[in-house]
Amino acid sequence: MASDEAALTLAPARPAPWRDPKLRAIAYQIVFVAAVVGAVGFLVHNMLGNISRQNIATGFGFLRKEAAFGIGESLIPYSPADTYGRAFLVGLSNTLYVAALGIVLATILGTVMGLARLSGNWLVAKLAQIYVETFRNIPLLLQLFFWWGLLNTAAPAPRQAWQVLPDVFVSNRGIAYPVPVASPAYKWMALAVVVALALLVPLRRWAAARQAATGRQFPRGWAGLGIVLGLPLIVFVAFGAPFALSVPSLHGFNFSGGSAVSPEFAALLLGLVIYSGTFIAEIVRAGILAVSWGQSEAAMALGLKSGQRMRLVVLPQALRVIVPPLTSQYLSLTKNSSLAVAIGFPDLVSIANTTMNQTGQAIEGIAMIMAVYLFISLSISLAMNLYNRAVALVER
Amino acid sequence: MIFQTRLWAAFAAVVATLCGLAAGQPAKAGPTLDKIKQAGMFSCGVPTGIPGFAQPDSQGVYSGFDVDICKALSAAIFGDPGKVKYVPLTAQQRFTALQSGEVDILSNNTTWTLTRDTDLGLNFGPVVFYDGQGFMVPNKLNVKSAKELNGATICVQPGTTTELNLADYFRANKMEYKPVVIEKIDEVYAAFFSGRCDVMTGDATGLAAQRIGRASNPDDYVVLPERISKEPLAPVVRHGDDQWHDIVDWIVFALIQGEESGITQANVDEMKKTEDPAIKRMLGVTPGMGKALGLEENWAYNAIKMVGNYGEIFERTLGMGSPMKFERGINGLWTKGGLMYAIPIR
Repeated sequence: MASDEAALTLAPARPAPWRDPKLRAIAYQIVFVAAVVGAVGFLVHNMLGNISRQNIATGFGFLRKEAAFGIGESLIPYSPADTYGRAFLVGLSNTLYVAALGIVLATILGTVMGLARLSGNWLVAKLAQIYVETFRNIPLLLQLFFWWGLLNTAAPAPRQAWQVLPDVFVSNRGIAYPVPVASPAYKWMALAVVVALALLVPLRRWAAARQAATGRQFPRGWAGLGIVLGLPLIVFVAFGAPFALSVPSLHGFNFSGGSAVSPEFAALLLGLVIYSGTFIAEIVRAGILAVSWGQSEAAMALGLKSGQRMRLVVLPQALRVIVPPLTSQYLSLTKNSSLAVAIGFPDLVSIANTTMNQTGQAIEGIAMIMAVYLFISLSISLAMNLYNRAVALVER
Repeated sequence: MIFQTRLWAAFAAVVATLCGLAAGQPAKAGPTLDKIKQAGMFSCGVPTGIPGFAQPDSQGVYSGFDVDICKALSAAIFGDPGKVKYVPLTAQQRFTALQSGEVDILSNNTTWTLTRDTDLGLNFGPVVFYDGQGFMVPNKLNVKSAKELNGATICVQPGTTTELNLADYFRANKMEYKPVVIEKIDEVYAAFFSGRCDVMTGDATGLAAQRIGRASNPDDYVVLPERISKEPLAPVVRHGDDQWHDIVDWIVFALIQGEESGITQANVDEMKKTEDPAIKRMLGVTPGMGKALGLEENWAYNAIKMVGNYGEIFERTLGMGSPMKFERGINGLWTKGGLMYAIPIR
C-alpha cells in the first residue's frame, strides 16, 4: 500500500485519482449501473409486493388454459377450445403477416413514388408530391379510421354485394375471391420454385464467367424467369394439371367458399402501406439525389445503356444512403401495425389485451408483447444490417 | 489502491442505499376509507357510455344507474353526493385501473365471476342488477331465434364475459360465427349500426338501452328472446381492504332495505320519527351501525335522502321514469317476486 502511494505521489505524469479522467469515467459508470440496477430492483420488488398483497395470481401457467374466446381471422387453425398460448400465436401470425405484406407493398409504392417525384414529367412529379405531403402529414390512426369507415359504410351488405370481377365480391364483410382448391401438386410446385431459385446462382456465375471470357452477354433475366416459371409448370403438368376453383357464394349471412379479406385487414394494410410509402418515397428520392450527376455522366461516357446505368452505377451508390433509414421505416411499420386494436383486427396486441383482461395477467401479457416486438424488431434490424453490409461502399 | 477501495466503498454504499429502499415496505395503499376521507373524495370507474347506466351529457357530466350507486356511496360517506371523481373505463381497462389504485371502486356493469373474484384479486359487492346476455339483430334479417345465427358476423366488446359466453354458446350449439372485436363501445356500436356485423351481443339490458340511445330508428332492430347467460352486475373493490368492502356492501343493502321498508327520498325525515326499531337502527336514530362501519351514524339516511332508495334509483335511470322504460322483472324486491334481498342491518 505504502509503496503504491509513494508511486502515485512520485509520478508527476499521473494526476491525483479524483482528477484522473479514466478513473472518473469508470466511477461514473459504476454509479450509473448501480442506480439502474437499484431502480429496476426497487420497482420489481414493489410490484411483487403489491401483487402478493392483493392475491393476484402470477406466472405463465395461464398460457395452457383454455382461451374460450373467438378470433375473427386466423392464419393457423384456431377454435375457442384452444389455449391462450395458441391464441397468442394466432395474434403473432396475424401481426407478422400484415407487417411482411405491408413492408413489401410499401417498398414498391415508395420506390415508385420516389422515382415519380424525380420524374421530368411535371404532372407525375406533382402528383407524387401531393401524395407524399398529404399522407405523410395525417396521423396514421386517423387514416386507419378513414379507410375502415369507408370500407364499412360505402360497401353494401353481403346480400347486395358488388361483383367487381367474375366471382369477386365486395361487401362490408370484406372482399371475397375464388381460390384454387388445395392439391398435393401445389406443395411440389412450391418446392420447384425453391429449386429454380437455387439454380439461378450457378447460372449467374456461368454467365458472368462467359462474359468475362468472350465478351458475349447472356440474357440472364429472361433465362432466369423461364426457369422460375417453367420448372413449377412442368411439375403442374406432370401431376395432370389438377385445377379446381373454390368460388365464394352467398350462404345465409355471408359468403362461404373461396377466400376473403376482412375490412379490418384491408384497412390496416392500406393505411400502413400508404402512410409508410410516403416516407420510403422520400428516402428513395434522397438516396438517388445523393449520387452526384457526374457518376451518371461517367457511366454514359462509358457507353452504358440507361438501365445499366441505373443498375450498375447509380443504384449501388444510392442504396448505401437508402438502406439505413429504410430499416427504421420497416421497424416503425411493424410497430404501427399494433394500431390494429382500434379498428378490431386481431393482431398480437389485441389478442394479448383480451388475454390479459380475461386472466388478469397484465404484467406477463405486457412482458410477452414487449419481448415479441423486441424480437421482431431486432430480427428486421439484423437482416437489414446484413444487407447494408452487402451494399455498403467497400473501401480499399 | 486506496482510491479503488474508496470507490468500491462508495459503490457498496450506493447499492446498499438502493437495496435499503427496496427492502422497505412496498408502497402502501393504506385503508381506503382513511385515504378517501383525507382526499375528501373517491374515484369511481364507470362505463364509457351505456345509456341508462352511465352516459355523459353535453357538459360531460355523467348520470345513470351506475353513477347513482357511486353517488349513494358518496352521500353515505361524506354527506354529499358530489364527492366523486368519475373515471370512464373500457371493459379492458377497468380491472387494471382498480388493481393499481387509479380508482377506488368499479361501478361498471361488471359481471361477478369466480376467476375475477380470485385470480384478479377483486372483491364484489352485492349484485345491483341481474342481467343476461342477449343478441340484437336488424329486423330485415328476419331472424327470430339465436339458434338461426349460424355463420353470422357478430360484434362484441373484448375483455367481457360476453365474449366468452358467445364462444361457449356457439360451441355448445355447434354453430360457426365470426367475431368482430372492438374495444371502444362507441366504435363497436357504430360498426353494428353501419352493417359491419349481422348481430350485436352484450347484456340484454345494455343492448336495449343502446338500441334506444344510438340507433337512428330503434324499431329497425330487435333483441332476440334468448338469454344465453347469467350476468349478475355488481360493484367491485380490490382485495386487501375489508373495511372498504364492508362499506360498499352495506350501503347497497341500505338502498335495497330502504325500498323494502318504504323509506323514500321524500319521506325519510318522517321515517326518522318512526317507532320501528329496525328503521331507527338503520337511519341512525339508534346509534351503532354507522360506528361499526366507520361512518357517521346518519350514513343510510344521507344516502336515501340525497340519492333515493334502490327502487327510486332504478325508476329514475332505467325504469318507467326514464327513456329506457325497463320493467323491474327479476330486479324487483324479493317480496314482489324479484331477487333483490337486503341482509338485515343490525
